[in-house]
Amino acid sequence: MFGNEFYVDPSRCIGCRACVAACSECDSHRGQSMIYVDYLDRQNSIATAPMVCMHCDEPTCALVCPADAIKKGEDGVVRSALKPRCIACSNCVLACPFGVPMVHIKPELMMKCDMCYDRTSVGLRPMCATVCPSQALSFGPPDEVRKGRATTPINEFSFGRELVRTKVFIMLPPEETVLDIDVQDYMWRDTDGSAPWLLEETFMD
Amino acid sequence: MANVPDKVEDLYRLYGPHPNYEPPGGWDKAAERPPDKLVKTHCSFCGMQCGIQLKVRDNQVVGFEPWEEFPFNKGMLCPKGVKRYLQGAHPDRLLSNLMRSGSGFQPVPYAEALDFTARRLLEIREKYGPDAIAIYGGASMVTEKAYVLGKFARIGIGTKNIDYNGRLCMVSAGTAYRLTFGIDRATNPWTDLAKADVVLVAGSNTAECAPITTQYLWQMKERGGKLIVVDPRMTPITRNADLFLPVRPGTDLALFLAMLHVIVRDGMVREDYVAAHTTNWEAVRDSARDWTPERAAKITGVPPANITTAAHWIGGTDRAMGIHARGIEHHSKGVENCLAMINLFLATGNIGREGAGCMMITGQGNGQGGREHGQKAEQLPGMRSITDPEHRKYIAGVWGVDEKELPGAGLSAVEIMNAIHEGKIKALFSMCFNPVVSLPDSNFVREALDKLEFFGVIDFFLCETAFHADVVFAGSLQEEDEGVVCSAEGRVQKINKAADPPGDARSDALIICDLAAKLGRGKYFQYPNGTRDIFEELRVASRGGLADYYGITWDRIEKELGVFWPCPSLDHPGTRRLFEGGAFYHADGKAHFQTTEWRPPGDPVDAGFPILLTTGRVVSHYLSGTQTRRIGPLVEQYPEPKLELHPVLAGRFGIQNGDWVKVTTRRSEVVIQAMVVKTIRPDTVFIPYHWPGKRGANKLTHRTLDPRSKIPEFKVSACRIERTAAPADIDAIRTQETGWTGEA
Repeated sequence: MFGNEFYVDPSRCIGCRACVAACSECDSHRGQSMIYVDYLDRQNSIATAPMVCMHCDEPTCALVCPADAIKKGEDGVVRSALKPRCIACSNCVLACPFGVPMVHIKPELMMKCDMCYDRTSVGLRPMCATVCPSQALSFGPPDEVRKGRATTPINEFSFGRELVRTKVFIMLPPEETVLDIDVQDYMWRDTDGSAPWLLEETFMD
Repeated sequence: MANVPDKVEDLYRLYGPHPNYEPPGGWDKAAERPPDKLVKTHCSFCGMQCGIQLKVRDNQVVGFEPWEEFPFNKGMLCPKGVKRYLQGAHPDRLLSNLMRSGSGFQPVPYAEALDFTARRLLEIREKYGPDAIAIYGGASMVTEKAYVLGKFARIGIGTKNIDYNGRLCMVSAGTAYRLTFGIDRATNPWTDLAKADVVLVAGSNTAECAPITTQYLWQMKERGGKLIVVDPRMTPITRNADLFLPVRPGTDLALFLAMLHVIVRDGMVREDYVAAHTTNWEAVRDSARDWTPERAAKITGVPPANITTAAHWIGGTDRAMGIHARGIEHHSKGVENCLAMINLFLATGNIGREGAGCMMITGQGNGQGGREHGQKAEQLPGMRSITDPEHRKYIAGVWGVDEKELPGAGLSAVEIMNAIHEGKIKALFSMCFNPVVSLPDSNFVREALDKLEFFGVIDFFLCETAFHADVVFAGSLQEEDEGVVCSAEGRVQKINKAADPPGDARSDALIICDLAAKLGRGKYFQYPNGTRDIFEELRVASRGGLADYYGITWDRIEKELGVFWPCPSLDHPGTRRLFEGGAFYHADGKAHFQTTEWRPPGDPVDAGFPILLTTGRVVSHYLSGTQTRRIGPLVEQYPEPKLELHPVLAGRFGIQNGDWVKVTTRRSEVVIQAMVVKTIRPDTVFIPYHWPGKRGANKLTHRTLDPRSKIPEFKVSACRIERTAAPADIDAIRTQETGWTGEA
């Protein structure tokens, strides 16, 4: 699907893992998902974030591969390691600035998200972005996707002095703030600090 | 005599749940060759009823493909939809009909199961009368089955006692909408949510229980709209809420009354709209007079300023919408909670327009269609009343019986179980319902089932309720039959058959009709083309009723990708949005404001039980878990029930994340692991209810009902908690009840 872009908006993610479930249905990595969905800090927040391969312009994983097993296609999609070449050394796992590749023990192979190029090459959207019910993962024409969003797409990331440009865009809020969220912050206390709705016995030892 | 046969451990071992992870034959076989066909249909789970394509090979469902053309979800799915195909060729699937023997269940020929069931039903009817037999239905099956089950109860057996598991779901909302608007349906299409300026989400864990609705809410947010969330927990949609009102469980009514107070006080009532299109406004206005935000704050724990802001946002726009779900409905004042929320939107004129309305999110797959055509205790097809002489006469005419043959209104689901416990109801025939897991006070439910003289079940897996049965018919999965469902937005959709029922399993509708024939009532159940013929009769039966399907045909549904009822004629386009131009469904054409009165919940906290317990769903499971607890990836996502509690509360009881906690209510106790999170009120604990047995949340809940809707008060019980040791038999419990060994 030429002319389409892949967008990740972590703020939309509801942690449902539909993407993980759908990714694991792929014939090339049966039952294994190449997507990660994590709670950032479940004890303190319901926030979750999905992570797919960012498909770097100059993929660090490929640069550090001693076996020349990782290739970027003309479509800009960085593939999983080539099976005949991969020596499962994990250099790519350690080097990736986004923490995406995984070496899978059973096939002794680095596997990662390949943006479903089997689907996109026949006019279908990647599986995760198709099913995602919150469209935290979305795939489509840039005009269409950006038009409907208040967020700003970013695809340049600074790691120290290293600038990494990626095929995948991350949506960022216009202004970022650090939040410490507690349900108590949204609850009412009387001026003397008491909470008449709360039964004292709740906190009896 | 419906005691659990043999040992429960053996039943779990034989019939599951066992988690299934791979398509039939394994991944290698699945990759060998492409599927034979893709079948366009809908998900078998929640009320979103997302469009989905099922991959079929060798008469088995082997996978899925998104259906991007279907307008509601455009290919989007939640993990339940993605993995639902794993229920088809499942090792636990019932492939033969079962009858109780000396040592558990024995497979029997279909004819023998039918003969036995018919004989027992006739004996019990002869001895105790027809009302000693009760029928349970469900809202996860297609409307044709719900219709034929209602007809079977009324004129196949002649009992008044039929009710369905939607009694645990949609009846508070349905009652409130009937009272106010004269019709029981969501008021707007979901696309309106994206076009609202303000959306109030009350008592709905939307992201987990109606995941596709999230995208509509996020579209509203991207346009600059405001999201208000009312919930004792921060659920995932709260991450983008503009205003979060963490209401104390059981106090929603106080919150809504205070919001109405502010709307009246600050002159935000649309007086012209109210005068032209409603009745009884003055009484409702006066009922909110004493409900200052300060008074409500003391009861709800929500700051007065935030109550005021929420009211101002709704009153300050002509594009406000409200959506609510079981969080405000599962209460002994569930109807009043809904009425009070509706009143906010009606008073501000936010109804019957694009981006303006108030609606329930229907929970079950066919939660809407399943409540329209006659498996509810008080209802006949087309949302007709079983006590209205005209309605009775019409349906009797369609069915070809004398009106006097139709029984009257029967008992509701929980009342049926109470009557079984009291010995008044002697026989139960149940399909699509797992009351051992889903009804409140499950120890009471098990006791009741053991008193039955006859218990028959239709199911595709041996659910925990079927453990108690004398006979179990192997029925059909949703993908093994065809028919219609009605989605949460009121869109009638077509479920298409993807595979035949395996082994000696068969269509539930066929089993019901065969049973009717055995009872000597076969002439009323002649449907040679199965559910297609049932639908044609249903169209006529619904004609002129509130839920008028007469203009809807299976062909139209396929062509138009769903048709919204009411649709009274073949050239009628269907009704996407209700109440446009202020046209309501009462005889006077007006909306009838309903007053509400504050009262406390039915299981109040006290010194012995000082903490509030609330229950609900998680995203990877559906209802009583009969299906989802058998689907490996969904089990791994949330393997067993956990206790959510706030660190402040946990600290008081010396509980740390992962500790084992005993939760005790006035009914029973469970021991489960703590999940200490700052996203729940510190006076409240939460347990999801999808699991059976020793850790079933519904062991703890109580049987208090809303006096009008008869919904149980799942959302607020009183409990106490204490840290304890892990149960000695935890490994056995995990393996039996969750199909999970503890190793993810």
